[in-house]
Amino acid sequence: MPIIPNKHPMPSQDPKVRAHNFNEVATGYTEEIALAEAQRCLNCKNKPCVSGCPVGIDIPAFIEKIKEKDFEGAYNVISGYSSLPAVCGRVCPQETQCEAKCTLGIKFEPVGIGRLERYVADRHNENVCDNALRPQPNGHKVAIVGSGPSGLTCAGDLARRGYAVTVYEALHTAGGVLVYGIPEFRLPKSIVAREVDGLKRIGVDIETDVVIGKTLTVDELFEMGYEAVFIGSGAGLPNFMNIPGESLKGVYSANEFLTRSNLMKAYREHSDTPIMKGGKVAVVGGGNVAMDAARTALRLGAEKVYIVYRRSRTELPARREEVEHAEEEGIDFRLLCNPVEILGYHNPDDRRDPKNGFVTGIRCIRMELGEPDERGRRRPVPVSGSEFELDVDAVIMSIGTSPNPLIKSTVKGLEVNSHGGIIVNEDGLSSREGIYAGGDAVTGASTVISAMGAGKVAAKAIDEYIRSKNN
Amino acid sequence: MYRILEKRELNPTVTFMSIDAPLVARKAKPGQFIILRVDEEGERIPLTVAGYDREKGSVDIIFQIVGATTMKLNAKKQGENICDFVGPLGNPTEVDGVKKACIVGGGVGCAIAYPVAKELHDLGCEVTTIAGFRSRDLVILEDEFDKVSDRFYRMSDDGSWGEKGLVTAPLHELLENGERFDVVIAIGPVIMMKFVTLETRKYDQKTIISMNPIMIDGTGMCGCCRLTVTGADGKKQTKFACVDGPDFDAFTVDFDEAMMRSTMYAEFERHAREETCNLFKAEVK
Repeated sequence: MPIIPNKHPMPSQDPKVRAHNFNEVATGYTEEIALAEAQRCLNCKNKPCVSGCPVGIDIPAFIEKIKEKDFEGAYNVISGYSSLPAVCGRVCPQETQCEAKCTLGIKFEPVGIGRLERYVADRHNENVCDNALRPQPNGHKVAIVGSGPSGLTCAGDLARRGYAVTVYEALHTAGGVLVYGIPEFRLPKSIVAREVDGLKRIGVDIETDVVIGKTLTVDELFEMGYEAVFIGSGAGLPNFMNIPGESLKGVYSANEFLTRSNLMKAYREHSDTPIMKGGKVAVVGGGNVAMDAARTALRLGAEKVYIVYRRSRTELPARREEVEHAEEEGIDFRLLCNPVEILGYHNPDDRRDPKNGFVTGIRCIRMELGEPDERGRRRPVPVSGSEFELDVDAVIMSIGTSPNPLIKSTVKGLEVNSHGGIIVNEDGLSSREGIYAGGDAVTGASTVISAMGAGKVAAKAIDEYIRSKNN
Repeated sequence: MYRILEKRELNPTVTFMSIDAPLVARKAKPGQFIILRVDEEGERIPLTVAGYDREKGSVDIIFQIVGATTMKLNAKKQGENICDFVGPLGNPTEVDGVKKACIVGGGVGCAIAYPVAKELHDLGCEVTTIAGFRSRDLVILEDEFDKVSDRFYRMSDDGSWGEKGLVTAPLHELLENGERFDVVIAIGPVIMMKFVTLETRKYDQKTIISMNPIMIDGTGMCGCCRLTVTGADGKKQTKFACVDGPDFDAFTVDFDEAMMRSTMYAEFERHAREETCNLFKAEVK
């Protein structure tokens, strides 16, 4: 049978339609497409794709199961490695991970591994009621700080080994970045809720409204009888550029903008939480979060949305699919541009003018790429005299975060690096016995799957630690 | 869910509630705040801790009925529950080494100023309180302040309570007469804190103010509560009230910017207030 050179395209909502709703953009493969796509997998001996997966899913094995139409078997293969398959199938940057290593990808397009994973997970979720099989308790307690991808993964793996696991979450809903950060149109919240419910059914206790470092400290958790603590508290405070005008009304961090829309449901008609809707919006940054913010602004009714990014297209850190989706929806990419000032309205004759202090525009300067920096990315250099203005009503800063100070300031002896990230060894162990950490709290802003990988590694290490201590 | 153990009207626009929240009560200190949500669809709002009883496991809040959310909260009865109550957040007011303090409270800000005054009094500090309200019928916590204050200046805009005038008047007189404090702690509307600071700056009198900006998560994630301060090196810095504050050295804060930022959603809030008003009226019928 001849090889089909290209991936089967992902069925999606029409860009013109989806730009005005919060329903999921990609609607998912049908069984027919999934079977055809699975046939593209060569099932090669050395399985290079597996080495590209941060949690090491046996990818050819689950694709073989799809070929056999044993979809539940395929699900069982994936769930042996990943606690959140329906999430990862949607948000993993497959093009730089598993699919980047695919043998087929040398000559043609790689197998659509992420799309197949999503199909298998969605089919399972629609048709199978998970057994609430509670593992035999082993009599040991572990506390998890934060219910994002690393915390949920660590909690699931430990609960399945028989540990009594409590997850402490600062916000009122479990899921971390999966609920406050990633929008509904990319990751429906019902999927996150289902994954969280699955953990509850195997006995994981989730305590919302508890801020570790404030309501309770890590040391108190040990006093309460937890034998180990995993810190997956996430990335933390948003960065700003320190340019004039960043305090004007209408300047948001991406965290704030997305939290208002996703967690607080400000996109709904009668939400109690306000957000700026409509007008023209500039999003500064080129990562997944910037794409999410831009596309959210569009769906909230913006007439024009710009992405302002200081490097060129090839350096955009976002998933390729997100960039393509954003472009299809009409987001205007202003590449090789960097903001130098945010402009605001000021009526010198009337201090009470309600328009005072609101954003009116953003002044940018054009950039060109110079010599590569220490990470090999070409450094953007401003082109003198090339400044220009964009008329906008809101600016969303999406240029990364700095670690949250709450935990490190309340845990004595916890070592952090110069960026404030918790220092851990290859097992996720911090500088203090019994305290493990992973995800953005360690690495700074990264991906869902690498956080899950860290949660998984730490769960294994915590299990070994508690066993060795009690032997 | 968090139970409302007690509810009292302090004046027609200000309500006291004691909430069953043992974990928060165990840790709360004056100057810290909590974030609450009234119901599943509600917004998250910050309120400063007005008191706590560690043994009973209760935390007190005092709030002014200003918008949709506080209206909904005020519609809750004693014995009913609110959805979320998280804290204590922010840093406690610094009281170490303070022997003589002047507490300046404005309006409902007095609800926050009172636990600070009480703590200082309990620690043996000499407390001078200056409290200001628009008029007599808006006065709260008069007896409570009286008990913990060595001197108590009562001020009102219309002269119906104490002296007619602003809180800065007695403060000016004290400072002008050579009186100095280890610290002046001003809590109230930003405009009041700004004018207190203009006064104390003239005398180089150390002053702490408590900021209450718009917040969402309150734990150092969203950056909504940011304000600009001038560092010791003279450089402007962005600070976050939720994790760096809410107390700040008054001489470093850009008050005008904070006032401007607080009106970001004024229009939305006006609409929401009107809608909620109509809703409650409809329910009464």
